[in-house]
This record gives sequence, structure tokens and C-alpha cells, in this order.
Amino acid sequence: MATLEIHDLHVSVEAENGAREILKGVDLTVKQGETHAIMGPNGSGKSTLAYSLAGHPKYTITGGTVTLDGEDVLEMSVDERARAGVFLAMQYPVEVPGVSVSNFLRTSATAVRGEAPKLRTWVKEVKEAMARLQMDPAFAERNVNEGFSGGEKKRHEILQLELLKPKIAILDETDSGLDVDALRIVSEGVNRVRESGEVGTLLITHYTRILRYIKPDFVHVFANGRIAESGGAELADQLEAEGYDKYVKGGATA
Amino acid sequence: MAEAQNIPVGSTTAGSIAVAAESTVATRMSAPPSFDVADFPIPHGREEEWRFTPLGRLRGLHDGTAAADGTMKAQIDAPEGVTVESVERGDERIGKAGTPVDRVAAQAFSSFAKATVVTVPKETVLTEPIRVALHGEGGTTFGHTVFDVKPFAEAIIVIDHTGDGVRAANVDILVGDGAKVTFVSVQDWDDTAVHTSQHNALLGRDATFKSVVVTFGGDLVRIHPRVRYAGPGGEAELLGVYFTDAGQHQEHRLLVTHDAPHCKSHVVYKGALQGQDAHAVWIGDVLIEKSAEGTDTYEMNRNLVLTDGARVDSVPNLEIETGEIVGAGHASATGRFDDEQLFYLQARGIPADEARRLVVRGFFAELVQQIGVDDIEERLIAKIEAELEASV
Repeated sequence: MATLEIHDLHVSVEAENGAREILKGVDLTVKQGETHAIMGPNGSGKSTLAYSLAGHPKYTITGGTVTLDGEDVLEMSVDERARAGVFLAMQYPVEVPGVSVSNFLRTSATAVRGEAPKLRTWVKEVKEAMARLQMDPAFAERNVNEGFSGGEKKRHEILQLELLKPKIAILDETDSGLDVDALRIVSEGVNRVRESGEVGTLLITHYTRILRYIKPDFVHVFANGRIAESGGAELADQLEAEGYDKYVKGGATA
Repeated sequence: MAEAQNIPVGSTTAGSIAVAAESTVATRMSAPPSFDVADFPIPHGREEEWRFTPLGRLRGLHDGTAAADGTMKAQIDAPEGVTVESVERGDERIGKAGTPVDRVAAQAFSSFAKATVVTVPKETVLTEPIRVALHGEGGTTFGHTVFDVKPFAEAIIVIDHTGDGVRAANVDILVGDGAKVTFVSVQDWDDTAVHTSQHNALLGRDATFKSVVVTFGGDLVRIHPRVRYAGPGGEAELLGVYFTDAGQHQEHRLLVTHDAPHCKSHVVYKGALQGQDAHAVWIGDVLIEKSAEGTDTYEMNRNLVLTDGARVDSVPNLEIETGEIVGAGHASATGRFDDEQLFYLQARGIPADEARRLVVRGFFAELVQQIGVDDIEERLIAKIEAELEASV
């Protein structure tokens, strides 16, 4: 069973006046089949955690370990991490002009699966996955994320999640900027992948809204670069009622 | 109609649409067109037509110091029915398609020894291309070539430049009434070569002309494709692909002069740049004269900057002297293949070199398919792959 283990993770970014530490000792274990919601105020380091796990070059790991089934993730290049089974659905997916969605998806699936998917079954697989996410088939011929609306970008991210079937899915504020319909469609996509029982999900969000559609097993409150409190789904209800105030204040005096 | 987006640091993308009583395309040149090099002052670099070009690297083509001391091995493969002549200066076909507009073109005209005239007779439809292979073997050479494609003939012409040398040339393409011509010029020079060339196309009534300019090599390449219409109904398509590497200067300056009614022109140039001091310049001028009612024109330039240190100057310019047109527009955009795009593709399992290839192939794919000459398309794709290999 796939397990992602994060232990005492410290991460810095280069700022104008030297390195600034953003993650200050994160401990978290995500197992296949589990869903962990990471919630926290803006600037608490949630997205930094997501991007650090995926290997974005902007972030420097200054301490701690991350392993996937015992393999050192931090030693891997960005593409190696993806092929090992780590998937990051981005908050702001990047436009890639000149590369069509269909070409991109196939190249990606070939890389992650280790061989090119058979053309006939692949076309069907993509078509069906797009239909489930209520994406227009014409989408396949558009350039990656170019001119996509916010909702289209998020559906496209979840389409990739469904096709690439990672061991660990990190969803970075996938709910941000979505209207209710889009949120429901995207959440259903995430749930289909979760129901396979083969993915460990790290759901990063500022709002509790998405948790009405995607039920987490664990909720972690992220504040000041580390996990401040962990609990079950009931912790989300508490955050809904009380907000992040007590964690922010705690962070300021820590 | 002008657009400019994603402009990386160190690039300019400027555009203008002018409705002018008097052509600024003509007036901003430092001298009127002439066959005599003495009619052009020696440029100092601040002239409109020279401001992007590093004059010091022209090896004296611009200031009269370049002597015809080089060797250019030329091989012409012409299908049956096509005549190839070597003619003296003064032959009436020379210069009929256009007049040199800058000092290097006039220098080429004033300095060539003999001109080559290739004629495709009336109503002859060629099934094989006319191929001109020019291989530089060092030193400076001047050339003048005329392709005279008679009415209702159809031909594909490929000029292929390889090797090393300093080359200044003029190429005239006379496209007869109802004729169809695809003209391909490949600049696949060694990285030390210097090449300037003015392409003059004169389109007859209802003629169809496709120009394809492919530039990979050279230290400095400056190509100047120009189109005029001798009668109504002409259609011109000008396509260009360039891949500018570290230290290279590749400049493409186009002018389409709509001087006859109901003609079309469509321009698409795309370039990728990589490496320190790679410099691509694209000037796209379209002039719609008062007489050119019913004109339909569009020009576009796209650049993809793959690394830091490269520079693009892209200047589309449209001048319209009549409102009675079908359409006129232009677009220029320079985008970057940046770390975020690379991260995104890598985060989907795609290795860095593969990601770069994916982006560049995608960028050029559609344009390459429009060339319509199989071996050129294949060579172009192979060349793009090779350029990318070299960069990784």
C-alpha cells in the first residue's frame, strides 16, 4: 500500500533579503485510500507544501524527509516524482501555447505509464473521461490551458488526475474560483478517483465548501508553516464556525 | 487588430496601422530604390532599415569594401522543358520584378558578373521541383537569379544555401498570368556565413505565389521578400520559419505592396530562439495603395524564446490608402518557454528535454504543414529536432 511520509519538512524561498523559511517542520503521513484536508489561512504555507512535494525549483528544502513507499522523493526530479505516482493539481495551471490537450495528455500518459497507450482504447478512454467531466470534445484540440476559463482549467486538471491514476494526489485549492456547478463536477471527478481506493488524497483548501462534496478522513489546520491541529471531519465544521483566528494569533506569538 | 502579449524582457513588439496620405514605408527608407549602389549613402546604423542590423558583421557588404573574391558552387537541377541561361547584365528580364531598395541589394546588383535566368514555358506544369543548390566555399560572392514562370505554368522552386561565405544576392520571381509558383529559400549556412538577399516577386493577373523562407544557419542572415502585383486577382502567401541560436542575427523584412485591385496576401512567420545574443528581427510591411480596392491581407509573426539572453524585434506595419477593402490585419506576439511551463509538463511525468521538444514541435507544426513540399517539410522537422538536441 502506497504511503507518503513527510517528516519534519523545512522549506525556504529566496526573498529580497535572503532566504525566508516558509515550512517550519511539517509532519504528515498519507496512505493510499485516505483523504486528508489541509486547511489554513492565506500565507500559512499550504501551497508551498504542495509545490515542494511536486519539486518546484523555487522552493529549497532545508531539512526533513519525504518518502513514497520508502523511496526518497526529495532526491527525484520533478518528472521522476510524477512517474513515481505524485500528482499535483495546480491552483493556477500554466498555459502551454502550441501544444494541444490531446497531444499533451498522450505524452504525459506515455511518460507516466512507461509505454504509449494503445491508440484506439486511449481515444475512448479520453473521450469518456471528458464526458464525465462535462468537457466539450473540441477541448482536445485546443492548446493546453490557453484561453481556458477558471472552471475549464480545473476540469482539465481533474481530467489528468483521472487519466494518470497517481498514488498520491495533491489538490492545491482546486475549489478556488469555481461556481457551484463546476465545483460539483470537479468534486465528482475527484471522488471517482478516490473510490478506486488506490489514491491517497491531500486536499488543500482555504474554504470548507468543497468538503461538502469530498468527505475527508482527516482534517489538518495549517498555520505558520506547520500543522497546528489535526482531527477528523468535525474539525472542518469547527473551522467553518470559528474561522482561523485562533491559529493566526497563535502563529503570531509563536 | 494589433496584439502584443507575453513579451519577454529584452524584446520589442511594436505595431502600427497607419492611414497615410503618403507612404511612410517609402519615405522612411534612406534612399529611393535604385540599381546603382552609388545612389545609396553608406549606412551608419541609425537608418530605419538598418537600425536592427549589426553593420560590423556585414563584412563590408554595406560600405563598398567587400570584393568578389569567393567561390560559390552552384548546381541547378531543372526538370525537362525548363531552360537555364547565363546572361549578361542588360538582359531585359533582369530587375523586371523589382529594384534594390537598400545598399546591400544595390551592391549585389552592381557587382554580379553574370545572371542566371531560369524559364518555365507557358502552360508547363512541372511535376518535379527546380532545385538550385548553392554551396559557399569561402569568400564573398554576388549573385542575381531570375525565375521567369510564364502564364499558366506551375512550378516549385527550391534554392538551398549551405556552406560558408559572404553572399549578397537578388532573386527575381516573375509569376505570369494565372501561373502558380512555390518559391522556397533555405538558409542552412554554416554558423560563420553572412547572407543578404532581396526576393522580388511580381505577380501577374490571377497568379498564385507562395514564398517559403527557412533560416537556420549563418552568423548574419538578412532576407527581404517583396511582393507586387502586375494585375488584379493575384494571391500571395508568405511563410517563414527560423531558428535563431546563440550569437546569430536573423532578420526577415517583408513588404507586400498592394497596387492592384482584388489581390490577397497572407503572411505567417514563426521563429524560435535560444542562447545568448540570439537575435531575430521581423519587419512586416503591408502597403495598400489607393488603387488596390478589394484587398484582403493578414500578416502574423510569432516568436518563441526558449532561453534567457535571446532578443526579438518584431514590427508589423500596415498602411491603408483606401477604405474599399475586404480585410486587413496583423498580429505579432513573442512568448517564452519559461520555467513554469517546464514545471507543469514535468509535473505530468514528461522529462525536460521531451517537454521542450513538445512545445517547439507544437509551435511550428501547423506552419510546416502549410509548406506543401514534402522533402522540405521533413528536412525542416529534422532540423528543428537537431537544433533542440544541441540545446539540451
